[in-house]
Amino acid sequence: MPIAPSELEQHRSYLTAYALRRVGDSGLAEDLVQDTFVAALGAGQNFRGDSSPRTWLTGILKHKIVDAIRRQAREPVVSAEADEEVADFDELFTERGHWNERPAAWGNPDSALEQSQFFRALELCLARLPGRTAQAFMMREHLGLETGEICKELGITPTHCWVMLYRARMTLRECLQQTWFAK
Amino acid sequence: MRLLSCRESTRLISQGLDRDLAFGERVALRVHFVYCMGCRRANRQMAFLRRAVHALAEPREDSA
Repeated sequence: MPIAPSELEQHRSYLTAYALRRVGDSGLAEDLVQDTFVAALGAGQNFRGDSSPRTWLTGILKHKIVDAIRRQAREPVVSAEADEEVADFDELFTERGHWNERPAAWGNPDSALEQSQFFRALELCLARLPGRTAQAFMMREHLGLETGEICKELGITPTHCWVMLYRARMTLRECLQQTWFAK
Repeated sequence: MRLLSCRESTRLISQGLDRDLAFGERVALRVHFVYCMGCRRANRQMAFLRRAVHALAEPREDSA
């Protein structure tokens, strides 16, 4: 049974928010949702109602997001140099390489995963990562790509890739410490 | 065996999420964790980051 266009509209704001969290660009997020609707209308026969329409649409949208992130990764990034300037955490460590300020305990951090506020904080921290660092991190952690595939997509060496992922994790750890766990 | 600094230790912790660490690297990290609470915490927190991003990717019905 084809899905009705009016039914699609009910899910637009949810899907746009979902896409925005992953691509960080509202124009692109809206385009991806539009593409998803086009695909959904074309593939209406495939919707057999064994999952909710929202789950089904989210599944299509996920594929659109993956394609978009891959496409972005292949485009030359003007601000590539800016990524190189990200502090190498010199302020985090002493000259001898010890913590300036030891990481604080996070208690039982997994309880944060029950709170939608936490995801808002995480999204804000992700949005602060420089472009290519964010792309590498999302390819690794969101899409689950292996380092080798990320190197290919971004045209970088494995060592550079590990450095970018390290920077992403250290920056996110620090950001969540300040914006969530210290509160 | 040379002891790791915290800077080196955090790099290995991160790389351990992206590749299989060599035996010597794993041993060096374990030794470092014995006396460094900061890096033990960083280790747990980086693993948590992965769980958090996975959870972020799950559709949440309450966020419509």
